[in-house]
Amino acid sequence: MTSVAPDETTPATNGPACSVDGLRVALTGRGIDVVDEIQLVLEPGEVVGLVGESGSGKTTVGTALLGYSRLGAFIERGHVMLGDRDVLSLGWKDVRQLRGEEIAYVPQDPASALNPTIRIGRQLVELLELRDIGTGTERDERARAGLAEVGLPNDDEFLQRYPHQLSGGQVQRVALAMAFLPRPKVLVLDEPTTGLDVTTQGMVLDTMNQLCRSHQVAALYVTHDLAVIANIADRVAVMYAGRIVELGPREALFDEPAHPYTRALLDAIPHLKQARALSGIPGRTPGPGRRPEGCRFHDRCAYAIDRCAEAEPELYDVAPGHTARCIRIDEIGRWDINLGTSHDTDPDKSRDVILAVRDLDVFYGHKQVVHDVDFDLARSECVALVGESGSGKTTISRCVGGLHRNWTGAIDFEGRELARGARRRSDEDRKRIQYIFQNPYLSLNPRMTIEQIVKRPMKLFGIAKGREATDRVVDLLEQVALGPGVLKLQTNRLSGGERQRVAIARALAAEPDVLVCDEITSALDVSVQGAIVELLEGLRNSRGISMLFVTHNLALVRSIAARVQILSGGRLVESGPVVEVMDRPRKDYTRELLANSPSID
Amino acid sequence: MSVLTTTSVRRVTRQKRLFVGMIITAVVVALAIVGPWIAPYGENEIVGKPFTHSGSFLGTDYLGQDVLTRVLAGGRSILVISVLATLLGMVGGILIGVVAAYVGGWFDEVVMRLNDVALAFPQILLALLVLSSVEQPKWWMIVLLVGASHAPRVARLARGVALGLVSRDFVASAEALGESRIRVVIAEVLPNMNAPLLAEAGLRLTYSIGMVAGLGFLGFSTDPGAADWGLMINENRLGLLVLPWGVLAPVIVIGVFTIGTNLMADGITQLAEKGDDS
Repeated sequence: MTSVAPDETTPATNGPACSVDGLRVALTGRGIDVVDEIQLVLEPGEVVGLVGESGSGKTTVGTALLGYSRLGAFIERGHVMLGDRDVLSLGWKDVRQLRGEEIAYVPQDPASALNPTIRIGRQLVELLELRDIGTGTERDERARAGLAEVGLPNDDEFLQRYPHQLSGGQVQRVALAMAFLPRPKVLVLDEPTTGLDVTTQGMVLDTMNQLCRSHQVAALYVTHDLAVIANIADRVAVMYAGRIVELGPREALFDEPAHPYTRALLDAIPHLKQARALSGIPGRTPGPGRRPEGCRFHDRCAYAIDRCAEAEPELYDVAPGHTARCIRIDEIGRWDINLGTSHDTDPDKSRDVILAVRDLDVFYGHKQVVHDVDFDLARSECVALVGESGSGKTTISRCVGGLHRNWTGAIDFEGRELARGARRRSDEDRKRIQYIFQNPYLSLNPRMTIEQIVKRPMKLFGIAKGREATDRVVDLLEQVALGPGVLKLQTNRLSGGERQRVAIARALAAEPDVLVCDEITSALDVSVQGAIVELLEGLRNSRGISMLFVTHNLALVRSIAARVQILSGGRLVESGPVVEVMDRPRKDYTRELLANSPSID
Repeated sequence: MSVLTTTSVRRVTRQKRLFVGMIITAVVVALAIVGPWIAPYGENEIVGKPFTHSGSFLGTDYLGQDVLTRVLAGGRSILVISVLATLLGMVGGILIGVVAAYVGGWFDEVVMRLNDVALAFPQILLALLVLSSVEQPKWWMIVLLVGASHAPRVARLARGVALGLVSRDFVASAEALGESRIRVVIAEVLPNMNAPLLAEAGLRLTYSIGMVAGLGFLGFSTDPGAADWGLMINENRLGLLVLPWGVLAPVIVIGVFTIGTNLMADGITQLAEKGDDS
């Protein structure tokens, strides 16, 4: 079955587990590349991080390792060598045999990878059964051993469970156990921890790391999250617009990034230990067919010269084992991570409280989800509500925004108590507190034009009408870095980041004093997040807007907020100035949260 | 972006379906509208013996009237009544469904359970019950009855679609801004229901025609002497073996028209799906 032909030219122990050479995946029938010239070597026992923003082609590379491309695209040329066999030139039967057994895949959403109607135990042994590996009892033993390896119970009760009876982290670890069961040589992980809480993520990553090292499995870890990569990868490949633009050992890449794109990405990432002035990358990642000639990053690059637009750069050596696809690596100078460092907000700064939440209890039906929460927000201050899923952070923000009515306690706005639902509040209150939603794909009406969306609050609150309103819309769009060109467009023509800017512009159109931001960057790429944070900081300083910032990302809190409220299970665990809480946490929960939060510093 | 080439192929077939449906519908409607003027004989003119080949090429009916003339003249009432009934049913159903979804809670529960009761009642039975109890059915009665029988079905669909929309953040956002409830329904929810509702309207129109023609066949048409596709089938069924055109001609037009509206409804649905994944 597992007929690995012994490699005679190089000793098996030294050869790479898998090497990718000249890989090109293109769109069917149009000759447009999704990814091209992918060159990658995976050594046994090594974790290689493949990082890129959405649309960079990272998942395409990941699945190409298994000889698979999604519908509408095909693997045009290249080699994926597994020992001395080329996965891409094997027949489909051989490739089928290979998948799962020698190259395993862990998908992003484990819930969709496990069959909800089959018990965990059965699913685990399915592959072994299919390949006729071992006897019934042996398979059962291996399944149990596999579960033990990933730190899950392996008694009969657990094996009898259905996937819905497990938590998200458990499901992901079952998927990991399943991938490791046939002892693959190569493992492709496609964002396996996206959507998990930080503590669960920490656990899954640890498990994965240990298994890869102990079984000498070469892992390709595909993700958009540089902070995760910084914690687990040995080597990192950065992708942009279908090319690997930089490839090198982790330390080299994070300490001395050579490619301007890598540098820009790192500039956009918040740190846990230090506040930073985040910056985004102008423009947006071009999709296949819209990528520029020459260096694909040159139109967004701060260091671009005319020569960059002429020809696609080769991979140049920066240091041994560290290459970058940029013709100016020797000219653009060194990069210092500390350039973006800024000061934490002074904890002793005087505060002029504008919004105070007192003894807040929130209910869904008869179930109490938030218990006795107190905090306040001062003028032109940013307060962060932080917690894992189910901590009640969004629920609290919805109460403040008047979107949830079933609560007791008091929310005071400039000393006046706010009514529960938005409809019972005065126009004045509704105007001055604006809510921005997490998902810009859901929060903007797809049937309206951008102009209509942004203009509506002005009409509603009698701020401006007609010609004047249109001028103000253009002004606002400019403030959120969108041109007047988008006025007549519907939202489906915009990217996620652009949509979120429109949502921010809509909130600003009401000229609010308080912005309630519910995870507004979590659906966005880091470079876009950087730009949005930059924008909000500017608004806070120039307009004196106060912000209630809901997030699960502690590093982001460090860079954006002055005060932080840590929530768990609907209760306030710890609160205070960001510097104090994050540098000298007093509660175990906070310490654990901080320890598990991935960060690049 | 994912399936660029296949979509371009699909786009053509999708639009073709809509296009063909529209053409068929338009032709039948045009025929029904201008029919009376281009008809070779008068609507009630006796042109020869019953069920013979006198008159135009489709022969004569049970009274010796020209079948082609009757077909051309008999479409107007059935189409007008069907369209009006569909409109009525759609407006009524959308109103019930969207309001139930938006208000939610016990109101939704009560309205939709009552709606289920209405759904359980056979469509045609209600119409027959009412029509048989009046001396002479008026055209508006048929509109009302057919419309009323559609409303609960439309309401179910409208509620289903609206439920998915009222929980979206853009509705919450409008609520937080303090938009009036009517405006939330009209400006935020309804425009996003266009596609499924248009498709439903096409389907409802198909059913309306069937039902109005059926009522005509059973003798409940507004004017017993006037030409009417449904009534014609009934009148001429005795001569089916002698001269089938008296029955076949109206059956074919009704059939073709339903196919046309159905294709249109399908086309709209597919177009909407395409719009969603772009």
